[in-house]
Amino acid sequence: MGSEDVKVVSFWVSPFGKRVEWALKLKGIEYEYIEEDIFNKSNLLLRLNPVHKKVPVLVHHHKPIVESFIILEYIDETWKQYPLLPHHPHQRALARFWATSVEQKLGKAGWVAMATSGDEQERAVKEATEIMEKIEDEIKGKEFFGGKNVGYLDIALGWIAHLIPVWEEVGSIQILDPSKFPAITSWMTNFLSHPVIQDTLPPRDKMLVYYHNRKNNWPSAFRNSVKD
Amino acid sequence: MAKNDLKLLGGWFSPFALRVQIALNLKGVEYEVIEETLNPKSDLLLKSNPVHKKIPVLLHADKAICESAIIVEYIDEVWSNAPSILPQNAYDRANARFWVAYTDEKWFTSLKSVLVADDDEAKKPHYEQAEEVLERLEEVLSKGSEGKAFFGGDRIGFIDIGFGSFLSWMRVIEEMNGRKLLDETKHPSLVKWAETFAADPAVNGLLPETDKLIEFAKVLKLKLAAK
Repeated sequence: MGSEDVKVVSFWVSPFGKRVEWALKLKGIEYEYIEEDIFNKSNLLLRLNPVHKKVPVLVHHHKPIVESFIILEYIDETWKQYPLLPHHPHQRALARFWATSVEQKLGKAGWVAMATSGDEQERAVKEATEIMEKIEDEIKGKEFFGGKNVGYLDIALGWIAHLIPVWEEVGSIQILDPSKFPAITSWMTNFLSHPVIQDTLPPRDKMLVYYHNRKNNWPSAFRNSVKD
Repeated sequence: MAKNDLKLLGGWFSPFALRVQIALNLKGVEYEVIEETLNPKSDLLLKSNPVHKKIPVLLHADKAICESAIIVEYIDEVWSNAPSILPQNAYDRANARFWVAYTDEKWFTSLKSVLVADDDEAKKPHYEQAEEVLERLEEVLSKGSEGKAFFGGDRIGFIDIGFGSFLSWMRVIEEMNGRKLLDETKHPSLVKWAETFAADPAVNGLLPETDKLIEFAKVLKLKLAAK
């Protein structure tokens, strides 16, 4: 089968870009990967995503689609094999709800927990743990959020499995206590050992270096108030 | 007994709840509205949306659906025989979702930030963002809809609902600050669209009156400032 002219523009460590790659690989869609240096944005990116100037971008038949959750829906609607979203409208609504809600709440809390210290960090860890409790309830008794197979919500939340542990190490914090979150811990193992997922993870040692740098350059009220 | 077993936990002041009503009206579906005052939040709301504790929530039989854009997509999928709210092809659907997400991220925050800001200096960046939003949407409407009345074409679609639901709040910000946002010279297509949208049978009568909403906005401003 020839190339369908599918390109993915992303940044190697971006969890948003990984979602797009996972979705395409699960559906067996070949694509060209184009690495973008997000700290030195190319004219290509600015042309493909003039509004947000962000990765990832999916380019299909020369047309750009942006925003990772929107890209996932596009992929699922365009290539019908290996459906990612559930079939029933209510299940679809729930999957979309959890994807965006966790992104909104845990994405911010987790980053702050990694990048800050003191009270600010403590509050963020607490917030992140609270969201984990809700996720634990959702995954209990299931191998994947999608049931027997990796689905939309697994892809949407997959960053928890490979990124949160890195953030924990960089921030010297714990959010994912296995004794508190046995179902999530089990899901993480299932997810990370899936062949498609395994093959696309960014190297952990590189991730640690990257996020240590991000943390060191992160502005915070605490840091700004400390004068050398 | 709820019509169609459909209940909307909403509020007359909420642009997000308005989206759900417009969508249901477009589908010609009957439903019951439960007005939430949010002060305090009802047990039903807290039980139906424990994660965010926000309106709107659509209760359909024993199911609760939250987040306005997600609810509208749900409505479009369940009542699939009625005219579609989202476009048919995947690329256009992605485009529609993009502009609705953009509206939530940039338009809603601009309006809210102008409301909360104390002086002109503080309002300036938010007005700049608001102007950028209007410029972009003017372009989307005038170029994308091929001269048709709505973002969605001949009928109200996802972007119309997403952006149109904020019309009353936009008027409130305009009046409270004595400064126009929507401008006939800069945004001729949007100005025309706003009239057509408000007059559409699915929307008519649902947009809150500006005076009533201004009073509400003044109280909200104080509440937000106190936080």
